[in-house]
Amino acid sequence: MANFEPSIVAFVCNWCSYGGADSAGGQKLAYPANVRLVRVMCSGRIDPEHVVAAFREGADGVMVMGCHPGNCHYRNGNHKTLRRFRLFERMLFQFGIDKDRFMLEWVSAGEGQKFQEVTMAMTERVRNLGPLVISGSVAQEISHA
Amino acid sequence: MPKVKAAIYWCSSCGGCDESIVDLGERILAVRELVDFVFWPCAMDPKLSDVEALADGEIVVSLINGAIRTSEQEEMSKLLRRKSQLVVAFGSCACTGGIPALANLKSKASIFDRSYLHSPTNVNPDGVVPMEHSKTAEGYPMELPAFYDTVYQLDDVIDVDYYLPGCSPNGDMVFAALSAILSGKLPPKGSVLLPDVALCQSCDRNATKPETLTITEFKRLIHVQADPTQCFLNQGILCMGPATRSGCGYPCIQGNMPCTGCMGPVGSKDQGARMLSALGGVMEGESEEQIAKALDGIPDPAGTFYRYSMSSSFLGSKRKEVKP
Repeated sequence: MANFEPSIVAFVCNWCSYGGADSAGGQKLAYPANVRLVRVMCSGRIDPEHVVAAFREGADGVMVMGCHPGNCHYRNGNHKTLRRFRLFERMLFQFGIDKDRFMLEWVSAGEGQKFQEVTMAMTERVRNLGPLVISGSVAQEISHA
Repeated sequence: MPKVKAAIYWCSSCGGCDESIVDLGERILAVRELVDFVFWPCAMDPKLSDVEALADGEIVVSLINGAIRTSEQEEMSKLLRRKSQLVVAFGSCACTGGIPALANLKSKASIFDRSYLHSPTNVNPDGVVPMEHSKTAEGYPMELPAFYDTVYQLDDVIDVDYYLPGCSPNGDMVFAALSAILSGKLPPKGSVLLPDVALCQSCDRNATKPETLTITEFKRLIHVQADPTQCFLNQGILCMGPATRSGCGYPCIQGNMPCTGCMGPVGSKDQGARMLSALGGVMEGESEEQIAKALDGIPDPAGTFYRYSMSSSFLGSKRKEVKP
């Protein structure tokens, strides 16, 4: 698995986390090219269906990033995100997919460095897990679950 | 006027769908006036050779129920497809996998292990498991259909013209669908023969749903007595209404049981993800502790949200577009 480069889809909200990515760029803090950003207006707009579709279409890992709780541009969109994806994480392992293939993080527009750190950490974590195979019947990716 | 030739077949199913045709009651007499069932293993004693003897396209409509788990089911579906002008995926299993497709959460190996070797009610000291090819003591070769790794929905293996979901579709739905087929008043190919709106829209408890739902905990039916007049979600009881197709006449709700989602997804392929999304929006709780406590009331999310639609889900069905 030495040469495996994972594909990671990161959904980022327009007001905070995309700003965080921008800020990382402004400070010349490089983040892995494995992470491909999808900008949406609010993390509350990200339906779990988008995440499962990303996995289905070949993503090895998926990130969802939004404003810190309490700082949502639309007041409480990220609280919905938090509830949706805590439930989603409970379901993901039932499909035989390691929970480490999914990450929910809060990154504000000023946190360029945090953006770099979480994307690097996620890339490393998914690289170690290897490619995701969706086989229909559940593969034994997580025997300890 | 010659009668219309029709066939009914069951794949991986419980027989409830065949039952639902009998549930037409007296209306089945009207159907019989118009229809000649040439093949219906549940109700008649037809042979495979009877179907093979028909000309291609001679059957006007085949209603196929059940999911596809074995090679025999796939072969029979392909044969009926060839002999039929129209194929209807009949019932939840044929449409989206249904209950049998929950097995996609397990591997074939673990299913065999549990069913034939380690189930507490089994007595199997020799460890016999079904094999595709074996020989009798006298040396005669024996053959069983292949048991696939994955449970498929009908349109994974053949071209399907129309869909009639439901576990099982009730008599009214069946009659309306048969009437549409026999009168030729059919929607475009590939349609579901039911309205494309969520169950909540037709539910008579919808009026009791407040403007903003706030669910603080999920209660399981074994722990509470449900109020027969209130929206289930408003009582904190998980109801699949928001993510499930309407058209069933909500008999479960009328029996004071929440919707479990048998009519399949509406406006999407992935019913479970849509339900998850809906719940995240109507739950209370902003702290991790509050949320974790509320979610403890949903012990089996995948089995709850995809109870009838695993084969059409993004994660619980095979990625056929990708070669392994």
